[in-house]
Amino acid sequence: MNIIVCIKQVPDTAEIRINPETNTLMREGVPSIINPFDLHAIEAAIQIREQHGGKVVVLTMGPPQAETSLREAISMGADEAVLLSDRAFAGSDTWATSYTLAQAIKKLGADIVFCGKQAIDGDTAQVGPETAEFLNIPHISYIRKIEEVKDDYIKVERLMDEGYDIVESTLPVLLTVVRELNQPRMPSLKGKMAAKKAEIKKMGMADIEADENSLGLKGSPTQVKNIFAPEVKAERKIIEGTPDEQVDILIKELKEIRCL
Amino acid sequence: MPVIVQVEKCSGCETCLDSCPFDAIEFKDGKAYINEYCNACMSCLAGCPEGAIIETEKSVQRSAFSNQLKDYKDVMVFAEQKDGKVVSVSYELLGVGRRLSDELGANLLAALFGAGEPEAQELIRWGADKVLLCSDSALEQFNDDPYSEVLAKIINEYKPSIVLAGATPVGRSFIPRVAARLRTGLTADCTSLEIDKETKNLLQVRPAFGGNIMATILCPDYRPQMATVRPRVMKKGEYHADRTGEIININIGNAVSRTRVLDFIKEVSGVSVNLHEADIIVAGGRGIGGEKGYKMLEELAEALGGAVGASRAAVDEGWIPYSHQVGQTGKTVNPKVYFACGISGAVQHLVGMQSSDIIIAINKNPEAPIFNVATYGIVGDMFEIIPLLTRKIREVKNL
Repeated sequence: MNIIVCIKQVPDTAEIRINPETNTLMREGVPSIINPFDLHAIEAAIQIREQHGGKVVVLTMGPPQAETSLREAISMGADEAVLLSDRAFAGSDTWATSYTLAQAIKKLGADIVFCGKQAIDGDTAQVGPETAEFLNIPHISYIRKIEEVKDDYIKVERLMDEGYDIVESTLPVLLTVVRELNQPRMPSLKGKMAAKKAEIKKMGMADIEADENSLGLKGSPTQVKNIFAPEVKAERKIIEGTPDEQVDILIKELKEIRCL
Repeated sequence: MPVIVQVEKCSGCETCLDSCPFDAIEFKDGKAYINEYCNACMSCLAGCPEGAIIETEKSVQRSAFSNQLKDYKDVMVFAEQKDGKVVSVSYELLGVGRRLSDELGANLLAALFGAGEPEAQELIRWGADKVLLCSDSALEQFNDDPYSEVLAKIINEYKPSIVLAGATPVGRSFIPRVAARLRTGLTADCTSLEIDKETKNLLQVRPAFGGNIMATILCPDYRPQMATVRPRVMKKGEYHADRTGEIININIGNAVSRTRVLDFIKEVSGVSVNLHEADIIVAGGRGIGGEKGYKMLEELAEALGGAVGASRAAVDEGWIPYSHQVGQTGKTVNPKVYFACGISGAVQHLVGMQSSDIIIAINKNPEAPIFNVATYGIVGDMFEIIPLLTRKIREVKNL
């Protein structure tokens, strides 16, 4: 069973603050991490390999420093790592990113492709399904449990509003995973050694036989027009005093709006 | 990089630093340099007094498609159904779709799969001019393959300029496939949709960068312009019981699916229902410090007869279950009163709760952005204030 896990290196967005004076993001010192949902995708892939054999390849598209995330995935137990990096990929939106990933996956070959349900910086949840479309394979989003895997068949639980679906599919298939699926393992000592020595395969535009007009900013249908800080409501009222006084004033206000 | 600095023109004044929301400009040897954090937002172009920063691919004809743009006119809403009943986000989309189509002087189309004529009539009363109805039983249950196939076919035939869908598990799963197939842009989870007065392009606003900042997204050179909107973000349009429109029956032929839904298991968590219906929500963030803080919020919520919400930070820490999460990646709520306790107020949280009638923020840090949206703010220790508040509310209510 050949399994590819698409991962993304993201800034730990929980650590990002906005500079109140300039309204810009303060990235200084913000660590880069593997997108948290992707850790669950890596874990799921390793578990399937442990039961059915085969290999787990982690794939990422990003700048050269994304190599750190690939090595981290190897330390968890992935067998191989591929870095898709080329200046021509810069500025890709979800369409161009999915096209690029799909071109690489076609070259590498896979029975199952895993993605996290979304990346915490973009939060679009689009790259998984779009990649499946470019690969012309089925996909199942938001899977929370893998019930059965056979050579050409898979049965999973898909999280929906107010419950879950039990869905089956033929292979190859692309799956996007939610956190409930599993608990990602910590890197082992052996894994860490392997990660240090591992050779990271690098692929660029020419290696994936991509159409240049479908890559990067040029290939992206969407454009960012501008970025701005959200509006501020003007009507705020700060309640001063000791905790006792503050609570009394708040209760009075709550009574006035008939909340009490 | 999509943006470059013409080094010979750069005076080294560092004015551009403040124009970049991503910290993507650095100075090396007194000259500006764009690093890999660049998100191609182009904010720096106007931020350079020397005009030294330029877009690299500006002159390139971006799309061979541009001469066909004018063929795409109408606005289309994908009307999702569950068990044959249209789900409420579809009516919200008809509200915004009606406004956009009126502004464009175009028709509002609704695509409805796997439901019958009475539901189609209902869409007309909520604002649709035409309903493209595909009542085939193969579409009663959601499957990505046939849904993608049929919607892509309808879009190719009716050529809408704008396509809107709900950011539900269904919409978020198959709409990206449709966009990929049609070679067009898709913007997820829009919080505002407007028509640009000059170009007539759709201005799609969504939180970006982990929800720390807002971005306006355009899809100028491809059609349709596709966007998803989360439930309860937009208001429903006007309902007119006597409104008339056209229902066009669509034949789908032989729809194949590589995936098959064997069963649906209902798991209604009381919490999610409560969050959407509660008049009062007491929500906690990183400041609650652990599960003990969560208990404290539950007690206040109980005294007020409300529900407990959470920010992403508190959920990520594992203190409060995900089903309580409010914000961009959780639920969108609009209660009468929203208590934000120990929540700093990242944009990604704000977009999920800022339409609440009254917002009460309790936070230690007077600089916390949550105070910018709060109706009432209390700067103080929530571990002191909340138990006191709970006690006094119980006294008032004689609990």
